[in-house]
Amino acid sequence: MSRIKQDHSRFREIVRGRIRQNLKKYISRGELIGKQGNDQVKIPLPQIDPPRFKYDPRDGGGVGQGNGKPGDSLGKGEGEPGEGSGEAGEGEGSKALEVDVTLAELAELLGEELQLPRIEPRGAKQVVTERDRYTGIRNVGPDSLRHFKRTYKEALKRTISTGAFNPQNPLVLPVRHDMRYRTWNTVSSPQSNAVVIYMMDVSGSMGDEQKEIVRIESFWIDTWLRSQYKGIETRYIVHDATAREVDEHTFFHTRESGGTMISSAYSLCADLLERHYPKADWNIYPFHFSDGDNWSVDDTATCMRLLKDKIVPIANQFSYGQVESPYGSGQFIKDLREHFKVGDADCSVVLSEIKDKEQIVRSIKDFLGAGR
Amino acid sequence: MIEYLHVRPLPPELWAWKERIEGLARREGLDFFETVFEVIGYDKMNEIAAYGGFPTRYPHWRFGMEYEQLAKSFAYGLSKIYELVINTDPCYAYLLEGNEIVDQKMVMAHVYGHCDFFKNNYYFSQTNRKMVDAMANHATRVRNYMDAHGATQVEEFIDVCLSLENLIDRYRPYIRRTPVEDRGRRRKEDLPDELMGEVAVPRFRAKEYMDEFVNPDDYVEQQKKKKAEEEAKQQRFPRHPERDVLLFLMEHAPLQKWQRNVVGIIRDEAYYFAPQGMTKIMNEGWASYWHSTLMTRYILPAGDGNEFIDYADRHAGTMAMSKGRLNPYKIGLELFRHIEERWDKGQFGKAWDDCDDMAERAQWDKKLGLGREKIFEVRKLYNDVTFLDEFLTPEFCAEQKLFTFSHNRKAGEWQIASREFKAIKQKLLFQLTNQGQPVIEVVDGNFENKNELLLRHLHEGVDLHDEYARETLTNLFRVWKRPVHVATSRKGKGVLVSFDGQKHGERAFDVLV
Repeated sequence: MSRIKQDHSRFREIVRGRIRQNLKKYISRGELIGKQGNDQVKIPLPQIDPPRFKYDPRDGGGVGQGNGKPGDSLGKGEGEPGEGSGEAGEGEGSKALEVDVTLAELAELLGEELQLPRIEPRGAKQVVTERDRYTGIRNVGPDSLRHFKRTYKEALKRTISTGAFNPQNPLVLPVRHDMRYRTWNTVSSPQSNAVVIYMMDVSGSMGDEQKEIVRIESFWIDTWLRSQYKGIETRYIVHDATAREVDEHTFFHTRESGGTMISSAYSLCADLLERHYPKADWNIYPFHFSDGDNWSVDDTATCMRLLKDKIVPIANQFSYGQVESPYGSGQFIKDLREHFKVGDADCSVVLSEIKDKEQIVRSIKDFLGAGR
Repeated sequence: MIEYLHVRPLPPELWAWKERIEGLARREGLDFFETVFEVIGYDKMNEIAAYGGFPTRYPHWRFGMEYEQLAKSFAYGLSKIYELVINTDPCYAYLLEGNEIVDQKMVMAHVYGHCDFFKNNYYFSQTNRKMVDAMANHATRVRNYMDAHGATQVEEFIDVCLSLENLIDRYRPYIRRTPVEDRGRRRKEDLPDELMGEVAVPRFRAKEYMDEFVNPDDYVEQQKKKKAEEEAKQQRFPRHPERDVLLFLMEHAPLQKWQRNVVGIIRDEAYYFAPQGMTKIMNEGWASYWHSTLMTRYILPAGDGNEFIDYADRHAGTMAMSKGRLNPYKIGLELFRHIEERWDKGQFGKAWDDCDDMAERAQWDKKLGLGREKIFEVRKLYNDVTFLDEFLTPEFCAEQKLFTFSHNRKAGEWQIASREFKAIKQKLLFQLTNQGQPVIEVVDGNFENKNELLLRHLHEGVDLHDEYARETLTNLFRVWKRPVHVATSRKGKGVLVSFDGQKHGERAFDVLV
């Protein structure tokens, strides 16, 4: 590794350390939502350069060149105007440094910071996929698979060894015998399939702040799970009194309002699972976020039945997050506690209460800390 | 010479041009060390640039940070380093692979300007011309310390040193300051005799014939000695304020040997780079003057004419002005030309200064032709401060459309403040003095007789950046290991900012004179 690469990776390490210190702050920033794994995310880092005795930049000003009359503006803000510094001497970097990290890196930091376990796929459900890769060589095959370089090499070898090669006129003619063709080998790799189903309550009692919390939290859960599984599938369900499946963008941006029938979401979820995701092949992670205010006791009973019969038995883990809302009764989480022995080792229902943005990180740990 | 400086030879076409341009430069009177060119790829260029022009530096993350910024801004097409040259003997210069031949010619001409400047400018006279070796040695030493004491510990200590890096005495190499033996703390036994002789001791009043009994000689002697000792104890240490804070720390801070050496390394390198900061405008101006002269007079006319546009484009790019920033290339070049013109026409001396008639001044041409000679003299003797102090004229400021700007807090924006010559000159000189760094000196290494360190900021109208000052004190404490203070003033009031190892404090304090 070259010297600069060492210094550079050390720098990145320091940057990661700084980010980790302020992770909560960055995580709860809403504007990251919608980014993809390899998207660059800009993160301002306070004072990474060594502190020095220096002048207060706003006290100073400087000398510039160009048209304009006294009083004309050169640019907003507190930093130096224009690019670089106003000093005629060395350009000391006085701006807050912005570093680029990918979302995937950020998710990994989140994992490290929360000490989230690597999720182990259920052994019995491992699906083995077989794929053909053209990595082999043989001496028969169709012309379309002819390996030119290898063929030429063979021909050259033969020409030289028979003494027919003339450097002045380096003519090499392949014969049938020299031909080489690509061929495939079958590789089988274990594939872990996971499906995550996000269900969100978008009823009237969920205020903008509650929805924001839910979005941020599910966004990070999604990012983390994607970093754990290849080929993860996600489905999004929003519900008020009725439930419908939506795409990712709608899920993260929709604004609706209406009554609340949680069972509508659960039955849609159960339906989806039944039709597309057989238990034997899939790791299943349903998440549901709500303010805990359900329409009726009857509906709650329906919910519990659906969970017990159709969802919990086939899911790796069923996660329910309840945001605190000024309108909601917050009853649903209590009902869930009644029906499931939450906290037991063999109970795969995890509940978490999220009072405000500050608690998002803790709540993520609640959900993902078990490593199921 | 170390291994990686075995440079790849230039391709024949460039080699021919190098020979040609070198010959032209010598013919024009430039005088430089042998200059070795190498063509390198952009990645290598970014690496070397991140290392300040050197192939090897001690391991530290800030070079990595520098590299990331350079590499990124290259990748996004925001900036590109055309050339890099370092002040050594022989001079090493790097050309960017893949540049057009006209760019390379321009860069080579530019580089010879720099090399001449390095060799002849007075402020470079004290720099180590074998710095490539010195830097490599520094790197090896730091690596050894890392092996012996742990990478993290050494790195943290370097971080601390870097935050004090600018606290050097930029004129020290050219002036004999206080002799070394005068700087140190005095001990009892080396009190000088003359000091003892001057000490006045109170005597009991006695008639003359009784004096030797009332004030016996040996008692008086004893008292004298005691008093002298006390005075020596109270004497400030250092005796004179010391601007070379790093040196003071090396000599007096309770450091381990390797730490002392690390401070020494940082200090050496800071002194090596200091003249480049002190002569940025002149150095770039001089090099630009020469690339422009050589290209337009000799190299371009000799070509097939296709290169004019490319050259003009590149030259204009280098000279671009921006409102918030002074372009040292532009100002330097124009000022050198301005001086050349003035001395060619005899626009200097008493008669010129006394002349108030604008029409006459505009026509003034005594056809002296002293311009070339004058600019060579200027490049030898001046630095940016003296250069601008002496040669900046109201005509020049108007011609170059210079202005001062300042921050308007109410509007939250930067605004043009003035186009007055006086204001512009004052602002410029202020920015260049001490390279735009506040002047900080050690006043007392035994502040309040508690072994605490007192620094003083020589306030020249601009306050210190508060948050940075506090953080710097935190780092200084890690070197001095006793409470540290800096006396400065904020909004016109004297204030003492302190750090005692736990927390920062602040109290009203009159800056000592």
